[in-house]
Amino acid sequence: MFEPTTLNARNKQVQTLVKILFLLMTVLLVLPVLMILGILVARGGPMISMDFLFTEPTKGMTAGGIFPALIGTVCLVAVALLVSVPIGVAAALYLSEYAPENWLTRTINLAIINLAGVPSIVHALFGVGAFVLFFGFGTSILAASLTLAIMTLPVVIVATRESLKSVPQAFRQACWNMGATRWQTIRLVVLPNSISGILTGVILGVSSAAGETAPIMFTGAAFFLPFLPQSVFDQTMAMSLHLFVISTQVPGVPEELPYGVALVLIAMVLVMNALSIGFRMWLRGRKKW
Amino acid sequence: MPAETPSAAAPAAPDRRDLAWYVDKAVQVLVFVGGVSAIVFIFSIFVFVMGQGFAFITTRLDLGEFFGSIAWRPTSETHPTYGILALIVGTGSVTGMAMLVAVPFSLGAAIFIAEFATGKVREMLKVLVELLAAIPSVVWGFIGVSIMNPLIIDIFDVPVGLNVLNAGIILGLMAAPIMTTIAEDALKAVQDGYREAAEALGATRWQVIFKVVLPAAKNGLAAAILLGVGRGFGETMAVLMASGHSINLPTSVFDSVRALTATVAAELGETAVGSEHYRALFTIGIFLFMVTFLINVTADLILRGPRSKR
Repeated sequence: MFEPTTLNARNKQVQTLVKILFLLMTVLLVLPVLMILGILVARGGPMISMDFLFTEPTKGMTAGGIFPALIGTVCLVAVALLVSVPIGVAAALYLSEYAPENWLTRTINLAIINLAGVPSIVHALFGVGAFVLFFGFGTSILAASLTLAIMTLPVVIVATRESLKSVPQAFRQACWNMGATRWQTIRLVVLPNSISGILTGVILGVSSAAGETAPIMFTGAAFFLPFLPQSVFDQTMAMSLHLFVISTQVPGVPEELPYGVALVLIAMVLVMNALSIGFRMWLRGRKKW
Repeated sequence: MPAETPSAAAPAAPDRRDLAWYVDKAVQVLVFVGGVSAIVFIFSIFVFVMGQGFAFITTRLDLGEFFGSIAWRPTSETHPTYGILALIVGTGSVTGMAMLVAVPFSLGAAIFIAEFATGKVREMLKVLVELLAAIPSVVWGFIGVSIMNPLIIDIFDVPVGLNVLNAGIILGLMAAPIMTTIAEDALKAVQDGYREAAEALGATRWQVIFKVVLPAAKNGLAAAILLGVGRGFGETMAVLMASGHSINLPTSVFDSVRALTATVAAELGETAVGSEHYRALFTIGIFLFMVTFLINVTADLILRGPRSKR
């Protein structure tokens, strides 16, 4: 008969202990998310109403709703996507379908890593130097969106590249063997098989662009502007900057108001993230290869 | 497609293979341009930020004062000084505090997710970590101001709750997801053969992890920590809101400090375009760019190994 020695028993104890320790660390790491969400919902939830969402701020931003900021964020993100999605998908196509293993590809990958790692305030300085001043767009939706577009580019590129790479090589080879060109293969085989993964990346791009504050502060987002933008050369309010302004810059804001704004902002971001995560899981379950 | 002009000597309509060939070449060029754009963008970020800061660097910059003085008094009428030492110390102390929080917890979480968790639990934890990464920086800052601030005042009985501790905890939570993700990838990349060999020798699970998996994954773990440092170093809005934003050489975690990024964010809107102060802020931007560039390149080298190895 096999009897566990004391050493065996001790090892088992230690193992259980270690496992619990790591579990505890993980829980402590993810617990804040749940707590933050709980507090925001509890305190911001009562603020949310149709009036809050669809009227403009009044009394020096100490009362009223968030409509111009909400619309502003939607506009900023939409224009940013118009730029970053085509460039990002093109870059991902190049990296996944064309790029040879050489110094140029390595440099591109390094550039993408750095684009993602450059501090957001440096992106803001770049936006001011390039789009506001050099190209003469002034502080406008266009300048802010272009700055956001460059910031979200790595998100779109990386997600799209992963999605393209997950299409089995045999699919491409089969298509080439039929005499199709590279582009025909991409258009008829690769893209249709990866489009949902690309969408996931786009949604992630939207969510990260919607939350950014620093890059739009000096390039096109206004502190207070109770009108809706008429063209891409107008300034606009934005949810993220609005939260910053009313929670630090404006005296006499009722305590609950910023909670409402934070809740709407985080709801926008998390709903999109949840969509993207759910979408990815659904896809994984459905994959035929 | 029928020929448009039915003239007698009409050139033969391009046959489909030719057209497809040209389209293919055109797409190849377009896609190449898209690929190279990442290099163009990172290069132009440097050029344009440099473009605005260059005049300051050539005419006013005194490296000894810039890096050696704690006096950041850009608005002084008589004798403005531009010393960023206190700001560097501010950024450093907040980032250091953040790493104290983030390194143990994110490495612990990575080990749990990669080595212990299975199935549904694993999926759920990964999703939660991803959600942690999705919370916007300004919301973190707001949490620092409105939730952490009164909490720290209450618990530690200090007058101000916007300080190194507050910003460090916030920043640690912000840097944790990327560190967890990269560290988990590094642990997953350790070949199962190593684990099996160790287990065959009678090692228990935790012995396998500590004696085999962690040493084998040490490069990836180092890169994860480095990228976390980069995140902390470059974070702007949350630090601006939660650190107290006062120029200070901190002596304890309850002192307010001011970070490099926060200084630029707070002051850029109030300076006249082209003024000395304005250009000094862009010079800080160049410094931030170079430091994060260095961190990212180093992390990449650690992760992928030097080019010669390939």
